[in-house]
Amino acid sequence: MNMISQLHRTLDSGSFAVTAELTLPDSSEKDELVETALKLSPYCDALNVTDATSAIPHFSSLAAAYILLDNDIEPVMQISARDRNRIAIQGDVLGAHSLGIRNIFCITGDGVTAGDHPDAKPVFDLDSISMLAALNNMDKTGSFMSGRKITPNPRLFLGAAANPFAPPHSYRPHRTIKKWKAGASFFQTQFCFDIGVMKRFSEKLVELSDGNPPPVLVGLGPLKSSKMAKWLRDNIAGVSIPDRIIERMDHYPEKEQAQIGLEISKEAIDDLKSIQGVAGVHIMAYRWEEAVKELVEDSGLSKTNRL
Amino acid sequence: MVKLLEVLYLVSSKVLGGIAEKYGDNRVIRLLFVKFEWVTKKPIFGCQMCGQCILHETGMSCPMGCPKEIRNGPCGGVRTDGSCELDPKMTCVWVTAWENSNKMRVFSHEIEIIQKPLDRRLKGSSAWINQSR
Repeated sequence: MNMISQLHRTLDSGSFAVTAELTLPDSSEKDELVETALKLSPYCDALNVTDATSAIPHFSSLAAAYILLDNDIEPVMQISARDRNRIAIQGDVLGAHSLGIRNIFCITGDGVTAGDHPDAKPVFDLDSISMLAALNNMDKTGSFMSGRKITPNPRLFLGAAANPFAPPHSYRPHRTIKKWKAGASFFQTQFCFDIGVMKRFSEKLVELSDGNPPPVLVGLGPLKSSKMAKWLRDNIAGVSIPDRIIERMDHYPEKEQAQIGLEISKEAIDDLKSIQGVAGVHIMAYRWEEAVKELVEDSGLSKTNRL
Repeated sequence: MVKLLEVLYLVSSKVLGGIAEKYGDNRVIRLLFVKFEWVTKKPIFGCQMCGQCILHETGMSCPMGCPKEIRNGPCGGVRTDGSCELDPKMTCVWVTAWENSNKMRVFSHEIEIIQKPLDRRLKGSSAWINQSR
């Protein structure tokens, strides 16, 4: 099989992959972005560049993905359906492909009222699944949604989100399979704080895919404090943190809680390694790059260990 | 309730689909269909007249009631109590869609269908007529 990207190759090899989220800066220069990316990249197979996450404008994901490539870092470029219609998305993907970007992550996106421009017009012309289908169609048939030809066609490694931790729990594996059928080749989940739920989700995916589930990178968010945990739980859509996690952190004084947060993530990695269908982890450590280094090194996931 | 709606859907699509197929080109019939569709489907389903009704494929829960108008939902932001991330006062239309789909007799598995994006030109027209074309 022809490998479309480095991430494709890593996931195909069966090696436990590590990706991380790169929160994009509010800057008109690339220095901060490159600096943060270079701190993360030695420990990761790819970095995911977000597209106006939480409906707040930041540096463009397309430009950021190109800057990563320019620094020999494998990017996963997010596209949110919230801000672009089908005309803009298809054009952006061709442009991105011409710059060397292959991993495209399709999400519906948070509603505009979640962000700091609640007065903006939400687009949502497509949703994540119809976007996946459209981009997969560009790749497989070399044509736009209208049928007009694209020469040459783009080769894309498409990714999508999964949230096993939000209701309706029993439908989540079915929806992931729907995204897979629409063209997604890998998945990233929302923050995982409940291994039991993740395990049941994975088992169902295995069943629905006749034993060949698509690779899932499980979202991990090392918690810096119990205060942060409560904030995440109460303010970020789709994040579920069991009380036992927060109670465990509350047992310790505030300055020791970050270490406990890392311990919780390390334990999660150990548990996740044995779940069929879990292909790796996607670490979202907002402004805490050292956490990615520590998690990777202490869990035996350094690239040299995995070769 | 959803089983009753399913039967109603089956009957209405047969009867109205038949009329639409025969007389759908007539301007007056088209206007009557639009009015009739609006007064019947709006109170029951919160119909927004997208013109591309997929109610039977979404557990008789209208996806256009989703603030993001997701046709292949639900999104990942559903709250732990099953309410909408953007409007906590409403139950996510897709939570209802999944619950209802499991109770349906004929269309139970149609929630698995990958829905195409909306054709925005059809807004305000009759889905019954559009489906018969």
